[in-house]
Amino acid sequence: MSGLFEPTLYMVKGMAILDSDGNRLLTKYYDPTIFPSVKEEKKFEKQLFNRANAEITMINRLTCVYRSNVDLYFYVIGSSQENELILQSVLNCLYESVSTILRKNVEKRTLLDNLDIIMLAFDEICDGGIPLETDPQVVAQRVSLRVEESPFNDQTVTQLKQKIGSTTGAVLQSAREQLKWSLLK
Amino acid sequence: MLISVHGMKKDEEHGGSNPYQCSDKTSVLQEARVFNETPVNVKRSTHVLTKILYLLNQGETLGTKEATDVFFAMTKLFQSNDIILRRLVYLGIKELCSVAEDTIIVTSSLTKDMTGREDQYRASAIRALCRITDASMLQAVERYMKQAMVDRTSGVSSAALVSCRHIAQHSPDVVKRWVAEVQEAVHSDNVMVQYHGLGMLYQIRKSDKLAVTKMVSKLISSGMRSPYAICLLIRIVAKLIAEEESSAGERSHLMEFLESMLRHKSEMVVYEAANAVVALSAATTTTTTTTTSRDLVTAISVLQLFLSSPKPTLRFAAVRTLGKVAMTQPAAVTACNLDLENLLQDVNRSIATLAITTLLKTGSEGSIDRLMRSIAAFLNDISDEFKIVVVEALRSLALQYPRKQALLMGQLADMLRNEGGLAYKEAIASTIITIIEDNPDAKEKGLDHLCEFIEDCEHTTLAVRILHLLGKEGPRTSRPARYIRFIYNRVILENAAVRAAAVSVLARFGAQCPDLLPNILVLLQRCMLDTEDEVRDRSTYYHAVLSTRDPAIIARCILNPPMYSLSSLERALLSYLSSDTTKAFDASCVPAAPPPAASASLSSAASSITAAISGPEDVTSAVPALQQEKRSVSMHDKYAERLAAIPAFAGLGPLFKSSAPVELTESETEYVVRCVKHTFLGHIILQFDCTNTLNDQLLEDVSVVVEEDGSNWQILQTLPCASLPYSCPGTCYVLLAIPEDIMSTTGTFTACLKFQVRDCDPITGEPETEDGYGDDYTLEDIEISVSDHVSAAQRSNFAAAWEELGPGSELEDTFALTSLSSLAEAVTQVTNFLGMQPCDRSEKVPDGKNSHTLYLAGTYRGGQSVLVRAKLALSDGVAMQLTVRSTDPAVSEVIASAVG
Repeated sequence: MSGLFEPTLYMVKGMAILDSDGNRLLTKYYDPTIFPSVKEEKKFEKQLFNRANAEITMINRLTCVYRSNVDLYFYVIGSSQENELILQSVLNCLYESVSTILRKNVEKRTLLDNLDIIMLAFDEICDGGIPLETDPQVVAQRVSLRVEESPFNDQTVTQLKQKIGSTTGAVLQSAREQLKWSLLK
Repeated sequence: MLISVHGMKKDEEHGGSNPYQCSDKTSVLQEARVFNETPVNVKRSTHVLTKILYLLNQGETLGTKEATDVFFAMTKLFQSNDIILRRLVYLGIKELCSVAEDTIIVTSSLTKDMTGREDQYRASAIRALCRITDASMLQAVERYMKQAMVDRTSGVSSAALVSCRHIAQHSPDVVKRWVAEVQEAVHSDNVMVQYHGLGMLYQIRKSDKLAVTKMVSKLISSGMRSPYAICLLIRIVAKLIAEEESSAGERSHLMEFLESMLRHKSEMVVYEAANAVVALSAATTTTTTTTTSRDLVTAISVLQLFLSSPKPTLRFAAVRTLGKVAMTQPAAVTACNLDLENLLQDVNRSIATLAITTLLKTGSEGSIDRLMRSIAAFLNDISDEFKIVVVEALRSLALQYPRKQALLMGQLADMLRNEGGLAYKEAIASTIITIIEDNPDAKEKGLDHLCEFIEDCEHTTLAVRILHLLGKEGPRTSRPARYIRFIYNRVILENAAVRAAAVSVLARFGAQCPDLLPNILVLLQRCMLDTEDEVRDRSTYYHAVLSTRDPAIIARCILNPPMYSLSSLERALLSYLSSDTTKAFDASCVPAAPPPAASASLSSAASSITAAISGPEDVTSAVPALQQEKRSVSMHDKYAERLAAIPAFAGLGPLFKSSAPVELTESETEYVVRCVKHTFLGHIILQFDCTNTLNDQLLEDVSVVVEEDGSNWQILQTLPCASLPYSCPGTCYVLLAIPEDIMSTTGTFTACLKFQVRDCDPITGEPETEDGYGDDYTLEDIEISVSDHVSAAQRSNFAAAWEELGPGSELEDTFALTSLSSLAEAVTQVTNFLGMQPCDRSEKVPDGKNSHTLYLAGTYRGGQSVLVRAKLALSDGVAMQLTVRSTDPAVSEVIASAVG
């Protein structure tokens, strides 16, 4: 039975989106036997980030396909025996769906602004290790609920809200600083 | 105003900063209170829920109470009809259901969503629901699930099928009832639904070969649209062919299908088919049909085309699969050599590495020099993991072409000097060690390289390992003195662990090279001033031992120190402490540590990629080797513990040895019995593990009656097994006293299983009758041979041990083993027969020799050590001159008489 694979739907071991420092933005592992805890997962992500600078490579008995844009790094991970082209098609779907959802602004800032939708897309692409949908248009359509209703409002509102939030935070902060300095004098 | 501008600017600088980064668990959980507001504050709730999901994704864990609280708060959000929020709630349910309690509470809400009209809800609701339901609750949603599977919306149908597949993991029986719907899904027009349907259908059918065959032939003739489904179908077909249960006609039909898929329009399918053909040709070489070899050529030419594809993934896949072929049929890949050599320049270094390892396997002896040059050129820019793969390839190359070993050794030495991590250096060192062991001519050169390496080696474990090897091999070289400098340098320069190892190695040189002894004593004396306790202790000890200049003491304390199995030693010491401590502790009954697994087992990092190339079975073969070693130790402990717990066997002393289980029945009979022989100082316990394979019978009062032909053996006790229900293994025992006369300690026993039968209901297992009737069942004979009285022992220096025992109790005899035709066969036979451990790697017979000497070491039941030298010569069968030495002449006689 050498080299033959048990025919199963479970083809994906994990998917990850990392930022330009190698930190995890969104990851999901589907086979608890590979990484027993978060510690191993993060260690693996570091390796992934440092090593996978080519479209495809192998790390710790896993085949990893990779794609990046600006400050985002997309990975799909499968068994080293897995058909690489299937993994590649899952990765393409992941990347293209994100790109469609973010209206081609594939970068960290926009991704975080739309994190809720991205999470839903992640969930639509792969369910517990089984590729659920590989057509990016279909994925985008299944999750692009908000955009249809009001294309811009929500996004801008959240952005505005965040800005206000951080500004007030900064005001308080610098007021505190000033007070401290005047006291020290 | 100024301040706020300043603040804004600061924010700008952090342009890409993460708004979720700063959130910590407690504050986010506080914020989750917003979920309870009525009416639902959609915007805030969405944001907070996203934060929670983000935190969980970052690896934050919630306690049961925290998770349950959030979970219940989340259920309030069902009041809102905002689609995104609802879908996030589903995600939350899936994330938290493993931690939170009483998650069943959302069942009704989810059921409502799943049956509702809103398509956007249904698919996700199904998937969330199936996460929280268990088998008992499935019945309630069964009807909806069936409907969903054949829903015209593809998303809903896929979701139902995939959830169904997840459910099949824990309750396969429920799912089987849905087969009609699944079957319908297989014929769906949607690409993904078809794929999920096939996966599910196979899952249901897979235990029934006939059903799978039918399903496959139907699908082959009807054809499938989805490339994913076809890939899956190819795997199913490949599995069917490999199992070789189908008729030749069916198989050629299946092969035809694979062959046709090599011309499919989707690359994914073509590759999958090529991969399957390649794997099959490796698996079925014994029964190769003509189709297979022709198909292999087609598959390889398809892969060859992929090698020059612009897509890196395709090149990677192709070269990986070709590497797999090269493992078993290197000749088949030679046609691709040119393309592979082009790949050495590939920008993706993973591809280049796979290419070179494949080339190293397919290349001829002549091309090695050229390959070496290209390796040197690209080694610097690949990662350690791939470097290790290259080293492994070099190792097999060195074993294949001994004449190139000098060249390879030089290359390895270069690699050893360059940058690299521990795993990489370890792989190189162990490759050099393998070459040294394989080829005595390469020994001195290899040791030189290693000596040079430890002069500048920052890895303690590796330095210690190499020092140990030096201690073993160095004294036997032509000029042992040259190594002393390297070793003593370690004492001066290195950390405590390495210093201690170096001291031990010095002592080994002193013990084996009399002319070096005075110098070694001086060096050891200096080591006594070390700052580290361990180093001082060792040097003092070895100095004292060596100063005696008594070969027997030196041999026992330095060259062949006792090697106990530590867990057994601990147990023996504990039982000694709890009993009478006035007598000295007798260490002879502690079993020796089992010999370590062959050094051939690759370092774990190395096997990673090799495994990828060689297929899954190789990964497993490396792992069990280690597990087996652990198992044999723990088996002894397990047996010892189990036997000690039986009061009848309390006074027998420590367990000396347990045999491997012997089957006393054919495997497919009504009752399956296997026997394990446990040897104690004066007794043998026969342990019978019985299994009843008849589901309409309950056996009671089961015992095994043994009888010996002669009358030397005394059966002291029989412990029956009270009841033996269907498929629950039970154990009964027989206790034998070993005869006083050491020459009659072997024997053959007839055995018979005796029991009371009660008929019972096959389903419940409840007995139908009050009384049973007696019956018996004849088992195969049990043999107690010499090997049951001997346990394997290690001697790292056989010659010294041999001298130490002296010729006092020596016995010599000559035998003609006419039934054997090769030396290797004789070596295994004699080793197994005597149950002893081969020493000095004498179990390996060099090719092309017609005489060989086998050295064996063991311990007899009473703790007497036994050594055997068997000189074997090939002459019309195998002639053997057997010499036995032991601490007890009687033991020598037993061993010598055992053969023949």
